Amino acid sequence: MAAPKFEVPELKGYTDIPLLREGAAAEVKSFPANAQIQEALGFPGELAENWQETAIGRMGELLGKYRSLQVFMDACVHCGACTDKCHYYLGTSDPKNMPVARQDLMRQVYRRYFTFAGKYFPKLVGAKDLTREVLDDWYRYYYQCSECRRCSVYCPYGIDTAEITMAGREILDCVGIGQKYTNEILGKVHRIGNNLGLPGPALLDTLTGLEEDIEEDTGFAVKLPIDVKGAEVLLITPSADFFSEPHVESLIGYAKVFHAAGISWTLSSLASEAGNFGMFIGNYEQMQKVALRIREAALELGVKRIVVGECGHAWRVAYSFWNTLIGVGLGAGADDKYGRMLQQQLDPNYPQPAHICEVTYDLLQQGAITMDKEANDHRIITFHDSCNVARGSRMGDMPGGQFLIPREIIKSVANRFHDMAPETILEGTFCCGGGGGLLTDDLMELRVKGAQPRMDAFKDVVDNHGVNFMATICAICKAQFTKVLPYYGFDMSMVGGVHQLVSTAIRLDAKQ
Amino acid sequence: MSSLTIFFALLFYLATALLVSGLAYKIYIYSRTPAPLKIPTMPAPTTTTGVVMRMGREVVLFESLFKSNKWIWIFGWMFHFGLLLVLLRHLRYFTEPVWGWVVLIQPFGKYAAFAMIAGLLGLWARRFLVDRVRYISTPSDHLMLALLVGIGLTGMAMSFVVHTNIVGLKEFMLGLMVFDWQPLPADPILLAHLSLVALLMIIFPISKLLHAPGIFFSPTRNQADNSRDTRHVASWAARLEK
Repeated sequence: MAAPKFEVPELKGYTDIPLLREGAAAEVKSFPANAQIQEALGFPGELAENWQETAIGRMGELLGKYRSLQVFMDACVHCGACTDKCHYYLGTSDPKNMPVARQDLMRQVYRRYFTFAGKYFPKLVGAKDLTREVLDDWYRYYYQCSECRRCSVYCPYGIDTAEITMAGREILDCVGIGQKYTNEILGKVHRIGNNLGLPGPALLDTLTGLEEDIEEDTGFAVKLPIDVKGAEVLLITPSADFFSEPHVESLIGYAKVFHAAGISWTLSSLASEAGNFGMFIGNYEQMQKVALRIREAALELGVKRIVVGECGHAWRVAYSFWNTLIGVGLGAGADDKYGRMLQQQLDPNYPQPAHICEVTYDLLQQGAITMDKEANDHRIITFHDSCNVARGSRMGDMPGGQFLIPREIIKSVANRFHDMAPETILEGTFCCGGGGGLLTDDLMELRVKGAQPRMDAFKDVVDNHGVNFMATICAICKAQFTKVLPYYGFDMSMVGGVHQLVSTAIRLDAKQ
Repeated sequence: MSSLTIFFALLFYLATALLVSGLAYKIYIYSRTPAPLKIPTMPAPTTTTGVVMRMGREVVLFESLFKSNKWIWIFGWMFHFGLLLVLLRHLRYFTEPVWGWVVLIQPFGKYAAFAMIAGLLGLWARRFLVDRVRYISTPSDHLMLALLVGIGLTGMAMSFVVHTNIVGLKEFMLGLMVFDWQPLPADPILLAHLSLVALLMIIFPISKLLHAPGIFFSPTRNQADNSRDTRHVASWAARLEK
């Protein structure tokens, strides 16, 4: 690791609320997308002459299409409850990273063009024209938000800054200003089928290699099937699981679970990506287009169940949006042909879609798989709730299952577990600092500083409970922590997946 | 009929019309705008009854604010519930005979004004003392507090310091409601109080006071967590399915 060009926060085991420093993160800016990347998604390649008119027009459309945006623009009273809730504010102390200030970047424009008070008394209510400076601030600070929704937990009106960030990015895209990282990846999904740009044959190779590795390690012929028609389960997982460390360890874990439980399953080369960056840029059509591959694969392979691997934002999209976007779910009405076409194929006895943790947890409950807990005795484990899982989804039958189920799995596969400080987990969990389209090296300073609240809480359990492993169920969290842990003096191998732990402990011989 | 009476009678008709029509328009906009995606802040209730309970806790107890910041919560709650009692007590000026329960809460309603003012001053102090809140405060945020404090102080002055001709005021108000105008007592404190109230009514639908109807339409709070079991598609999004 090269010496950082910025100051890495010093960890204390808890995070203080900093005094604000104006412009502290003003220089942090991700690389913009070039014209080719933009045009591939149907956005303009550059800022046109009449960009201001286009932007205001698009804003008006969004206000009419999204109740969230309309209500959130009006309802804020500037009470200040959210001001100390964003990890990017806590880490950078830039006031524009306070949720309300981030929202106000758009609210000032909303007031100027869409409200009586802002049209006639702009100074009084802090309304501003949409100038190039304001647009630049939008790009800067809407790409310093990971859309983690922590602020929405604490707002008395439930204002969710993620909704405003998404609208901001959508308007920026519509006037030709996009972010390279996110939009390039979206292009890859459309072209090749996954975020990593891994073509079918390469994927096949990788899976074969993994099967050989597993057999060598365990002596069991655990398979990683792909494109198997008539399989019971279609597994949709982030493409990072195929290639990156520690992600691949969890993929091996899923395979072992299916193997041990005797469930037929398959991956799909058409839908080889669970991630959906369409959500990050707040573009409904992009999000739907990315998700459509999964619908097509499910129909083509004739599967009965759709299961999603360890990926935070993908699980939010799957759990909360798939039924809406592509009909993966249950409960389509009698006249809803589009929904019913897929839903009559899916088995209503299972949640659709299901999280891999729900599958493993159920199998554990039934005694269909067994664990050798001592195999994980070298690890003292804590669990990082991923933001999108915690605040954007659920697992199991009851609210809060998304917190309970992964922890119960960990406790079933390992003997030693310690939670981090209560205000930093569950619904109040801190984002890893790399979510929402910010997992790019050009934002390294933001990623390191944004991780501070999580790293502080982690340090506390490392120092006081000897924790040496932080389990998580998100590909972005894993990639982010692998990169960021060393900045804080921790070993990068301290982060890994829940199914990495399952993989270590699961007994493959139980049923043979 | 004095010109003062005519002026205030017309002012209150105008203020009421603007308040009612402005709020009705905003509520119409909120209810007409679709929420295309399920975005409740999780964990969220899975049933409609659960959602009603969540909204109830949010509106009555300020649940999220309580989780967030105990100072804002205590000041905000003191202000809003002080205001509620004060408003309910004021029903006595609009009803004849006065309803039993309004008589009952009269003493509480009178002293609730102190809680209301204390809450407002606490919230205002934060706008100066906390650097983060100072940063986000606009002139209108300060003026809104000044307006509410002004209404509270003029009201309290009439309750506790210099009594106004309350019988005359009540006749004026009862008359207004049936378009039979009665003379308004020309007490400067009363006139100040009424003017500020009218101003508040007028700016309500064009200001941040829209948080009052807004909370009920907030998708992160009013949606049930049932996206896997019911297919939720907005009309504009359904068209994309072809």
